[in-house]
Amino acid sequence: MSQQEIETILCRHLASHLQTPVFLVDPEGNLLFYNEPAEPILGRRFAETGTMSAAEWSTAFIPTDENDVPIKPGELPLSIALTERCPAHKRFWIVGLDHSRRYIETTALPLIGQAGRFLGAVAFFWELHD
Amino acid sequence: MQMTLWGTRGSVAAPGPETTRYGGNTSCVSVEGTEGTLLVLDAGTGIRRFMATIPEEIWRVDILLTHLHLDHIQGLGFFGPLRHPGYEVHIWGPASTTLTLRERLSRYFSPPLFPVYMRDMTSALILHEVAEDTFTIGEFTITSALVGHWDPTVGYRIESSGKTLTYLPDHEPSLGTKGFAVESNWISGFALAQGADLLIHDAQYTAEEYKTRMGWGHSSIPDAFQFAALAKPKHLVPFHHDPTHSDDELDYLFEQQMQSTKPAFKVTPAAEGAVFEIC
Repeated sequence: MSQQEIETILCRHLASHLQTPVFLVDPEGNLLFYNEPAEPILGRRFAETGTMSAAEWSTAFIPTDENDVPIKPGELPLSIALTERCPAHKRFWIVGLDHSRRYIETTALPLIGQAGRFLGAVAFFWELHD
Repeated sequence: MQMTLWGTRGSVAAPGPETTRYGGNTSCVSVEGTEGTLLVLDAGTGIRRFMATIPEEIWRVDILLTHLHLDHIQGLGFFGPLRHPGYEVHIWGPASTTLTLRERLSRYFSPPLFPVYMRDMTSALILHEVAEDTFTIGEFTITSALVGHWDPTVGYRIESSGKTLTYLPDHEPSLGTKGFAVESNWISGFALAQGADLLIHDAQYTAEEYKTRMGWGHSSIPDAFQFAALAKPKHLVPFHHDPTHSDDELDYLFEQQMQSTKPAFKVTPAAEGAVFEIC
């Protein structure tokens, strides 16, 4: 295992202290961590899922729009933050790994460290209730 | 390589009869290589005494700054070679996200903090910005990495002839790790320190003090020992003593820590003037 960058470590530290659900990925989009508040929304504890590739997480939660149309992986906020290195925001439906459907709102940001090093992206999200 | 401690105190200089053994000067360590290359780690007030020991034949000095808090740069303004045209002084240190290293250092080298501007230094002055880098100075190969402390801060892993010195004077690796209960690659500074022959590490607070100073960027003595237990250096030198801790208190604190943890590595609490041969 290679040493994580300090900004990534601090981001995980922050996430582990927040009540806001947080999902953290590396520059390739591999899931590095999601915090405890994210677990009931995603339907499984991080300790059980562990790391996931971008291809896995972008489809595992079956994201769909308000018309129940599947959202392409590249159109998810976190994917946009990764590929375009800009913030992205969206409301959409997911199916958690516990098979429950949930409506969520997500804001994703690219993580750019000292000297312009691209470190991945982080998504802050929350469940919307009618 | 030979290493000498010129300043071991954290935060602010603490001279006085109660600190004569561990010393009152702030962070400064010199490292001399087998081929005569001279490195200075941080430029706290300890650099003043170091300056008097520079051999006459040496014309180049490399100062490796971990960060730009005042206790690590205050001695720069009084470092004679910077005002001597015969010297080549290289300063290595972190930029910030918005300011260059020169701009950041210029804040110190300007009134009202200091009467002389950096542009008035008459030595050849070369600045090098470092973050996650590996570079060579003489016989030394040096790896820098950003580590957990307030403001951009790097640690250094210095290697020569198969021996390794790691310098992490201001470092709070336990922050957010809940007792280091994460994989080692999630611990700040771990790769720099892993298996070092000698590790200089922040050990500013007692466990009790740390409870109210969590997030201030420094380690407690127990956390420094625990970090070392994970990184497995051969020799730990606890450093950056709190200015309020007297010699007698430091003796007591380190003796207690040694008794309670019985570390597998050698421990020598940093004392001003101490010389270490890493060979």
